[in-house]
Amino acid sequence: MPWKPILLSALGVMSDSTPPKPDSNTIPTIKRLFRLQWEEVQQKHVLLYPEGMVQLNQSAGEILKRCDGIQSVEHITAQLESAFNHKGLEPEVLSFLEIAHGQGWIEYR
Amino acid sequence: MDKVGLNTAEQFSAPNAIRPPLWLLAELTYKCPLHCVYCSNPLDYAAAGKELSTAEWVRVLQEGRAMGSAQLGFSGGEPLMRDDLIELATEGRRLGYYSNLITSGIGLTEAKIKALKDAGLDHIQVSFQDSTKELNDFLGSTKTFELKQKVAHLVKAYDYPMVLNVVIHRLNIDHIEKILELAESIGVDYLELANSQFYGWAFLNRDHLIPTRAQLTAAEAAVHRFRERIGDKMRVYFVVPDYHASRPKACMNGWGAVFVTITPNGTVLPCHEAKMLPGISFPNVREHSLKTIWHDSDAFNRYRGDSWMKDPCKTCPDKEKDFGGCRCQAYLLTGDATNTDPVCELAPHHYTVEEAVANAEREHPKITRPLVFRLDQNSKEFCKPSI
Repeated sequence: MPWKPILLSALGVMSDSTPPKPDSNTIPTIKRLFRLQWEEVQQKHVLLYPEGMVQLNQSAGEILKRCDGIQSVEHITAQLESAFNHKGLEPEVLSFLEIAHGQGWIEYR
Repeated sequence: MDKVGLNTAEQFSAPNAIRPPLWLLAELTYKCPLHCVYCSNPLDYAAAGKELSTAEWVRVLQEGRAMGSAQLGFSGGEPLMRDDLIELATEGRRLGYYSNLITSGIGLTEAKIKALKDAGLDHIQVSFQDSTKELNDFLGSTKTFELKQKVAHLVKAYDYPMVLNVVIHRLNIDHIEKILELAESIGVDYLELANSQFYGWAFLNRDHLIPTRAQLTAAEAAVHRFRERIGDKMRVYFVVPDYHASRPKACMNGWGAVFVTITPNGTVLPCHEAKMLPGISFPNVREHSLKTIWHDSDAFNRYRGDSWMKDPCKTCPDKEKDFGGCRCQAYLLTGDATNTDPVCELAPHHYTVEEAVANAEREHPKITRPLVFRLDQNSKEFCKPSI
């Protein structure tokens, strides 16, 4: 599968507060309010939460499914780079995590 | 479901494609221990007839999931009045739904909360009528306040994400700060301050329930102050009631677009109010598959897309955004469901909403009738053929 850049503009409103900045050693995990799952009919990952659903594009889904509270950003990036045969993804992973954090989907361990 | 969406436009991009019913609301029963004056159940719920069996519900859940439904709501009435709720929650989880129990909390014992957790229920939404015992009990016409508080704490103790829902209107809107404090003391994750919408029982009681503009402004300011203080510990939703807005709400994200309601007797609706619309025969899961109903029935295609629209909607650039508003509201206020929702300032019937709002501003609003509670004996009156 080719790597598709994430359209930041499609991600909605960002939080105004200054969240902690993730780096290579950050270990992200999906917050307990959310459940990530693959939806066969929609052919995409979604984040489910009380009475709501965030439909994720492919890249966002690939990152979030690796946010398991065990792996660091460095590991997640290495996996993605290998899976998609695409170097230099860390800046994009980090900027997505910032947005996901601002949306309240993930927290850092 | 109308909160955040990523790239929603990209996915079902074929023009006029029928999208999957992502949200399935299972109204398990009309039985309810409460008698709320703004209940969203149909006025003639007493005539609904035999409820679906467990096996019938299981089949409906399976069919919905295969079509792509992902959010499942167990609602009512009071869904806890069904003794197969745990069985249905188990099936919901097995199928991969995110399941929500929408409850008054009455009947939610600790044993049941635990059993539902084990069954895989994802979330419990408890509704309060007000922050004070007196008004909570009065508006629901029953004594439940202390019980509800206890239930709300139990829901938290069993680590469910918790949404506290409070229907807001003229009689309780001045208590909004107390409601916010109550939510904070329970530690809820989401607080829904749902301004009363005027359908069914709430439409009957509309003169009692529409707030004044001053009340609304004060409430919005209180919510704003609270959000500033609490930060991201709790999300508070406060939606301006549509009578006070200048453009209509994107009702159900469009007719037959993402939302499907199955009523207790198996009748399938595009929203929980639609049964009031005359001249539409709403299909039943006892006679057809959910797939056939969603894709092929006249009922679900009647107001899908925009070919049914007339002006001002037809040529309005906002028709993609608000879908002409709510068909039920158009019918209730104008007698014709194909009219523009009169909430819209461009609607020829906008004066009907303006009159109702203006009445609410009077020192002594004109009251059409005393408060009508959602009671079986009252519902039976609405089951009689009208003259």
